Amino acid sequence: MAIGHYLVLSGVLFSIGAAGVFLRRNLITLLLSVEIMLNAVNLAFVAFGRQFGTVDGQIITFFVMTVAAAEAAVGLALVIGLFRHRESLNPEAFTSLKW
Amino acid sequence: MISSSFDAIIPMLCVALAGLVVLLAEAFRGRDEKMPIGGLAIIGLVGAGAASILLWNRNATSFGVVTADNFSLFVNLVLIGVGILTVMFSSQTIERDGIPAGEYYAVMLFGIVGMMLMGQATDLLVIFLALETMSLAVYVLTGIRREQQQSTEAAFKYFLLGAFASSFFLYGVAFLYGVTGSTSLDRIGTVIAAQSMSGNPMILLGVGLLIVGFAFKVAAVPFHMWSPDAYEGAPAVVTGFMSTGVKAAAVAAFVRVFLSSLEPMITDWAPVLWLIAAATMVLGTVVGVAQTSLKRMLAYSSIAHGGYLLAGLVAGNDVGKAAILFYLAAYALTNLGAFGVIALLGTRERANDDLRDYAGLFKSHPALAVLMTFFLLSLGGFPPTAGFIAKWYVFSAAIGSGYYGLAIIGVLSSVVSVFFYLRIVVMMFMTDRDARPVPAPITTVAYAGLVLSLAGVLYLGVLPTAVIDFAQASISTIF
Repeated sequence: MAIGHYLVLSGVLFSIGAAGVFLRRNLITLLLSVEIMLNAVNLAFVAFGRQFGTVDGQIITFFVMTVAAAEAAVGLALVIGLFRHRESLNPEAFTSLKW
Repeated sequence: MISSSFDAIIPMLCVALAGLVVLLAEAFRGRDEKMPIGGLAIIGLVGAGAASILLWNRNATSFGVVTADNFSLFVNLVLIGVGILTVMFSSQTIERDGIPAGEYYAVMLFGIVGMMLMGQATDLLVIFLALETMSLAVYVLTGIRREQQQSTEAAFKYFLLGAFASSFFLYGVAFLYGVTGSTSLDRIGTVIAAQSMSGNPMILLGVGLLIVGFAFKVAAVPFHMWSPDAYEGAPAVVTGFMSTGVKAAAVAAFVRVFLSSLEPMITDWAPVLWLIAAATMVLGTVVGVAQTSLKRMLAYSSIAHGGYLLAGLVAGNDVGKAAILFYLAAYALTNLGAFGVIALLGTRERANDDLRDYAGLFKSHPALAVLMTFFLLSLGGFPPTAGFIAKWYVFSAAIGSGYYGLAIIGVLSSVVSVFFYLRIVVMMFMTDRDARPVPAPITTVAYAGLVLSLAGVLYLGVLPTAVIDFAQASISTIF
């Protein structure tokens, strides 16, 4: 497969993630959408790395995965914090600040 | 002097070590035992400051991805100043609000490490890691008062939009890597300069995505939506910390990436940043006028200040680069001072940040009212304060590069902003006070922090030449 195919797939995944952040109405799904965006980027890195015939792209992916894990930890902690206040995962329940 | 490949990271090591010591101290602290944890944090920061000064002019590099050139050392010193002042203000507020000291200071110090790394990194991947280190720490600090719904909500909004913007930034890095085969700024710079890349859609996409990521962290329009909410929901000291530290670090990396490796493409990105800078200055000011919460008002004011910083970046000349550094120092001292006053006036139950809470402040707390007046005047750009010199310097850089329109928009918006700063001053001095909860007496350490910021603001305003020379020396080593 040419690199174009991978990049198109990565672009599609990234767009799905980005759309999810705005359209979905569940805090957990919002987090998942962000993870999809990061993994779309990972795919692009690996594809480019393969094109250059080096392992750089794949090594970068490991860094990104670590960061994504740290992000998920903080994100889930905040979701739990929010849930304790309102017993809800709907972002519309949280309106004490103007959006 | 002995030099090793670790030289360039010594300032960061000092701060990270202090963070670990603080965590350990908290772990071994007995119940109700008092420990000078803030003092430990300050020792680490002072050590990092000393290391930064010793590294001056030595251009140390570590591992090929971290550099300690004068530019990043200047930013380091600003960040250390931000850290020390934040610790001084926090000493009072965290006890009042019941925040666990060890965790709070440790997260703050790790955040500062991320900020310093952002200014020092010379590789896009390391910049991304630094950005995340800094951001994750600041998300946690924003939501550190878990019992308050507002604080948690602000943290989640900041987190979600921040993570969203980081992935845009990372996607930009991926495209630049795809075109140039490297994430190192030097390498990217040489490849772009060697082949004329302006028309290449992939690199334009990459640069565009990087602009989105950076603009988000600087809170530039149209990526500013998170900042009023995050600034209002966070404890006031944390707001001061993130409005100055995060902005300084993000601007430093922004300047390094765009004025060193992407400089050959300046004709492509300068118009975009021109628009962003102009929109940021105008929107920050106009919406700021309509706010009734002081924290929210200062949030919009700091959006506008981000616009002035970007104006210096658009100018792109030597004056502009030095102006950005000077502006960062001036803005950091002023804004931290202002948020310090807000923080000290709050109580555990109520932030006391409504504009009406400041009515008659001069009668109840004359010293705080006077200090606040100086900080507000400096934010508005009145002589003889730091804000005036900083703005004058940025606008003269814009004019020097022929951006008259940008300079005019900047001057007009700062004239409008004076209106809302003076509104607070009038409130403090000329209105009678309403009944409101009385804050606890202010400790000497917190007062010392405020006086220190004021001294800095006046020093930069009255005798700016020393620091301007220093800023010019800092930019001469790179670019």
